[in-house]
Amino acid sequence: MGKDIKKIESTELHKAIDRIAESIAVRHSDSATLSVVGIADGGISFAQALARRLADIFGKELPCGAVNTAFHRDDFGHNPIPKSFQRTDIPLNVEGAIVILADDVLFSGRTARAAMNEIFDMGRPERVELAVLCDRGNRCLPIHADYTGFVEDTTPEQQVEVVINIDDPSGDSIIIYEK
Amino acid sequence: MTKNLNWTRKDLIAIEDLKIEELETIFSLTASFKQTLSRSQKKLPSLRGKTIVNLFLEPSTRTRVAFEIAAKRLSADVTTVTGNASSLLKGETLRDTAQTIQALNADMIVVRHKAAGSPYFLSRLLEMPVINAGDGAHEHPTQALLDCFTLREKLGDLTGRKVTILGDILFSRVARSNIWALKKLGVEVTLAGPSTLVPELFREFGVQVRHDLKSALDDADAVMLLRIQHERQTATHFPSIGEYTSMFGLNRMRASWLKPDAIIMHPGPINRGVEIDSDLADSDRSVILEQVTNGIATRMAVLYLCAHAAGMKPGNP
Repeated sequence: MGKDIKKIESTELHKAIDRIAESIAVRHSDSATLSVVGIADGGISFAQALARRLADIFGKELPCGAVNTAFHRDDFGHNPIPKSFQRTDIPLNVEGAIVILADDVLFSGRTARAAMNEIFDMGRPERVELAVLCDRGNRCLPIHADYTGFVEDTTPEQQVEVVINIDDPSGDSIIIYEK
Repeated sequence: MTKNLNWTRKDLIAIEDLKIEELETIFSLTASFKQTLSRSQKKLPSLRGKTIVNLFLEPSTRTRVAFEIAAKRLSADVTTVTGNASSLLKGETLRDTAQTIQALNADMIVVRHKAAGSPYFLSRLLEMPVINAGDGAHEHPTQALLDCFTLREKLGDLTGRKVTILGDILFSRVARSNIWALKKLGVEVTLAGPSTLVPELFREFGVQVRHDLKSALDDADAVMLLRIQHERQTATHFPSIGEYTSMFGLNRMRASWLKPDAIIMHPGPINRGVEIDSDLADSDRSVILEQVTNGIATRMAVLYLCAHAAGMKPGNP
């Protein structure tokens, strides 16, 4: 890892997740068809943390799944096969559902676009909303988050690394650094 | 669960060439593609704008159709050329036919040919990915991949499991590919059949060779049946079909020698009443039709991976 430019510590990070969960709960007081789906791989831990917080607010568990974007990416053949692969697993019928799509970092918007296409292959949700922990700018597509934890002004060359450990959040962080 | 992926090949020629990590990569993607086949929207955009030519110079139903469906599910355009409808009948060589297909701007070629080594030859000649759909008695890699995927679905981890391959091993590319794949996955493989079709030489693969059916099937977790390949035999290897069936055909009594939850597999086409009794082929223990279904997802994974790797070649955008 290169030189750190900024580090957001665990306490601040989880306050942001709380804020996002409260905003979702205000907008969707009826949780009957609400679900959280993390974009693999980075968004899954964030989705789980968000779903856990929403479960506290609503007093019941919400469906929480994962969406893989590999089959809908626009860079097929441009980059090597990713080293890891988490299969799409959405534990509810997306037809008519309200899906909170969760990712740790929003950058170009290409991954969020591919994730939406993957979800729509399984049905037609009533709404899809995007929750991101860190919006780092540099968008290439007309995509904006509905819920944002942090907005950071970065250059395309900088790296943003998010660590969320769902069982031990004490070391969670967002680090922005030069490559 | 997150799986590790490892794939850089533009061609799939032989299971013998593959590392265990590459087999696992194919299985991971096969599982994912299988999941997409039950969605309301089954078509994926990955190979949109790509043209795949299926050059099938030997008869085929399920492999050819499965490759066609797999390519279409990935949004590729597919053209199938068969032996009796190609210029090969007019004396054109395989080399010229393949180079013509490349000059027609095809992006991938899937080849079935009676000559072992022909897909390897084409992979050296052509820039585009070459997928082996069966070459003589050499290999039929996608059949072994779908067989092993099916076995893992049914039995879980295959390490230490016992699989018996029964029938015409000598002329079978399916057997050879499966031997390579099963050995890499830690399976104890037994080959069974008449000594003329299962020569002792096969022990060099690190497998057991048995000519006594009871000892071959005893305690097996799965049995893979193979068809007698009359088209590859130039001499008689057993006195009659009836005698083969009486000695090596799988019936209910012989199937009882397997483990109670063992599965029965067959790559097809089945000769009912020859290598397997008809009611056994349709029984709960038979996974023959599941093998066919898994064949689509397996071929989607192979096409996807090889096309992806080909896109990474220097000079491509």
